Amino acid sequence: MKNDDIRASLMKRSRAAKNERFGKTLTGLCILIIITVVVSIFFFVASKGLATFFTNKVNLWKFLTGTIWNPGATDAQGNPQVGALPMIVGSFAVTFLAAIVATPFAIGAAVFMTEISPKIGRKVLQPVIELLVGIPSVVYGFIGLSVVVPFVRRTFGGSGFGILSGTFVLFVMILPTVTSMTIDALNSVPRNYREASLALGATRWQTIYKVVLRASTSGIITAIVFGMSRAFGEALAVQMVIGNAMLLPGNLISPASTLTSVLTMGMGNSVMGSLSNNALWSLALLLLIMPLIFNIIIRKIAKKGAIR
Amino acid sequence: MKKKWFSLFILPMATIILAGCSFKQTGQSITAVGSSALQPLVEAAGDEFTKENAGEFINVQGGGSGTGLSQIQTGSVEIGNSDLYASQKSGIDASKLVDHKVAVVGVTPVINRKIPIKNLSTTQLAKIFSGDITNWQQLGGPNQEIVVINRAQGSGTRDTFERWVMKGRSAVQAQEQDSTGMVRQIVATTPGAISYMAFPYVDKTVKTVNVDGVTPTAKHVTTNQWQIWSYEHMYTNGKPTGLTARFMDYILSDAIQNKVVATMGYIPVKDMKVSRSLQGKVVQLSHEK
Repeated sequence: MKNDDIRASLMKRSRAAKNERFGKTLTGLCILIIITVVVSIFFFVASKGLATFFTNKVNLWKFLTGTIWNPGATDAQGNPQVGALPMIVGSFAVTFLAAIVATPFAIGAAVFMTEISPKIGRKVLQPVIELLVGIPSVVYGFIGLSVVVPFVRRTFGGSGFGILSGTFVLFVMILPTVTSMTIDALNSVPRNYREASLALGATRWQTIYKVVLRASTSGIITAIVFGMSRAFGEALAVQMVIGNAMLLPGNLISPASTLTSVLTMGMGNSVMGSLSNNALWSLALLLLIMPLIFNIIIRKIAKKGAIR
Repeated sequence: MKKKWFSLFILPMATIILAGCSFKQTGQSITAVGSSALQPLVEAAGDEFTKENAGEFINVQGGGSGTGLSQIQTGSVEIGNSDLYASQKSGIDASKLVDHKVAVVGVTPVINRKIPIKNLSTTQLAKIFSGDITNWQQLGGPNQEIVVINRAQGSGTRDTFERWVMKGRSAVQAQEQDSTGMVRQIVATTPGAISYMAFPYVDKTVKTVNVDGVTPTAKHVTTNQWQIWSYEHMYTNGKPTGLTARFMDYILSDAIQNKVVATMGYIPVKDMKVSRSLQGKVVQLSHEK
């Protein structure tokens, strides 16, 4: 009799096992929902974005290299004018320029905070940088519109709207991201590297320059690519300062446009299912694919440069 | 630990369910979506309507004329607001939509205050916006480059302006902004800037110009002396019924037309001394007092 009781209690699923199972289901469900959402977004954007090429018969090559964006009208041959090159160039220009300007500052700040003065770094600079991350993009855009644009206009001429203003605004926006990721990269350099370098008689500067930065190169590049991917997707702040002219930018101070700014401007003014709407979805698809490429680059770099 | 975790999950759920309930309890509501030029007017009228009819709400959202027309087309909202005739917009089947012209709005060119120009002819305007004239000097102003600022393609205001000023010329590729507020801010701060906006948005920071010697006033719009104007449309899918019908009646009533419409800078439809068809044909209205 007694044996049966023990047997039953052993066979029954225990409380802990039930909890375990509950947790597993719940977390699994969450993952499932997230995956569903991601997949459906991709499917939706792709189905809409590809319609431009399949339903409206726009040539993909012409879409990527055309320079006239006027989806509402057709050209002399009756082809729709959906050339996205000005926006693609604009997007890449602001992204790369912002990354180029931001990188030295980010590395400098990160070196100071990890190698030179970790105490001040942790206590003062870290919170400041975290604060910068938290500022909404519309605030950056507004500051850009009322400070950066007049500054560019006075200093460099033109109307002040253009890639240069966009670069300045994006530079400030991605700086905290790049900096904090660079800090992580520098921190992950093993302590014994530094110790070995100093023991060999290297100065602090030599250690930083020849050892720490070299050892964390892949981490730093990841940080930069991450910042670029953020810059690429930024819509509002850039839109407010870049001028939104669908023109191939001839110089840095003439109005240009980015993929995101065209998208946010056109969405409300076009009708679902029409060519002008589909063309916007194609831009959205481009915007979706680019971060994907950025991510792949990041993974490649991370794999190559992992410190072991 | 477990409890804390659980409440974290329950709390948002409960909020969502509660939010759902509160929606049900408030009785009837309809949604009007579309044109941002018309939005303030419909919002004001909706507020008045709710004051007089407790428990009945008019949700008003912007999003642009295109959004308004496509949403009413699919029937996802009760009213679609638009600056354009539905048939002017590609991709819209206008035959099922019922047009309610609730107001008229004038569009005026605006320039930076520092430009000492008071009058421009339609031809000059067209030349500016098509890129043939690029310096204010060519118009008797100072030696200052003209900075053209357009609204986004497909915007109702832009459409109106281009239809009555450009008359078929294509616009120069220039800066584009997606809201009148941004346009006003940029025209006010950029030397040599020119753009256009609906009358209700004009304020002291920008300067209006006369076109062919006509001042941009409501009175000149009513007689079509000022030609750059458009009807503000509220479209319903089929003949309106129930709350939608009552709201449409309400917004066309004298109370709203005289009080709200006029004070916000729009022009009541009944004040118009002419009517203009989709094709642009102007007919004098015989006036019954």
